[in-house]
Amino acid sequence: MPELSCQELIRFLDDYVDDTQPAELRAEFERHLEICPDCVDYLKTYRDTISLARGACAEDPSAPPPDDIPDELIQIILRSRPAG
Amino acid sequence: MVGLRKGDHDAFDSFVRLFAPRAMRIARRVLQNEADAADAVQDAFISAMSSIRQFRADCQLATWFQRVVTNAALMKLRSKLRKDIRSIDELAPAFYADGHRIGPKPAWAQTPDEILERSERCRMVHERISQLPEDSRNVVLLRDIQQESTAETARQLGVSESVVKTRLHRARQALRSMIEEELVVA
Ligand SMILES: [Zn+2]
Repeated sequence: MPELSCQELIRFLDDYVDDTQPAELRAEFERHLEICPDCVDYLKTYRDTISLARGACAEDPSAPPPDDIPDELIQIILRSRPAG
Repeated sequence: MVGLRKGDHDAFDSFVRLFAPRAMRIARRVLQNEADAADAVQDAFISAMSSIRQFRADCQLATWFQRVVTNAALMKLRSKLRKDIRSIDELAPAFYADGHRIGPKPAWAQTPDEILERSERCRMVHERISQLPEDSRNVVLLRDIQQESTAETARQLGVSESVVKTRLHRARQALRSMIEEELVVA
């Protein structure tokens, strides 16, 4: 079997991260990662990116409960209702 | 739902009263400014009403509307910052003929969690997501921000699950490159 390149690994990195690959292919990815610091770094920063998107935008549990929406805004929106 | 599509007054009234507080909460989080958030919420309802006919009956209304609101807020953010949509191709990793990656940057010294305050991280991620092209932005919003399944995302966007997977991978790679631009000073 030809050796996996960095390009191939990165192309299918989402399957590796989601753990949806056949075991054999996953083992091949692991072998590549053991010898390639560039891909280890790419994998780490790809995961960081996902957790940033997931975590940073979640509601802050320490934030005070949000105020109610101003009633005038509701009225403006209701008036903007397109003619049906 | 049917009433909304027909432009029924009462249906619109209940839709607004039910969803406006949630919309406002999302818009505040993205824009971190009360007046801008109110504008974005108004934009979102207008945009929702003009596209309600394309809404697919087998989709979740709340999921759909959450994406419409987040998009409206992100577009407001992007125009305030005067930033352009970035090209996914230009942000994709590039490779030499032998399959090695071209110009890997020095490793991110710390994870973004360690470098940035929570509100800073939130700001940065929203700014960068606002610069993704629409197709890519929509999959990131549904899969990563709203954490919907691939199947629900495919239904919402009217594409196949394999298209969702491909778009998401490319969008995350682009987002990764933009975050790297911000975190790694060459
Ligand atoms: Zn490699």
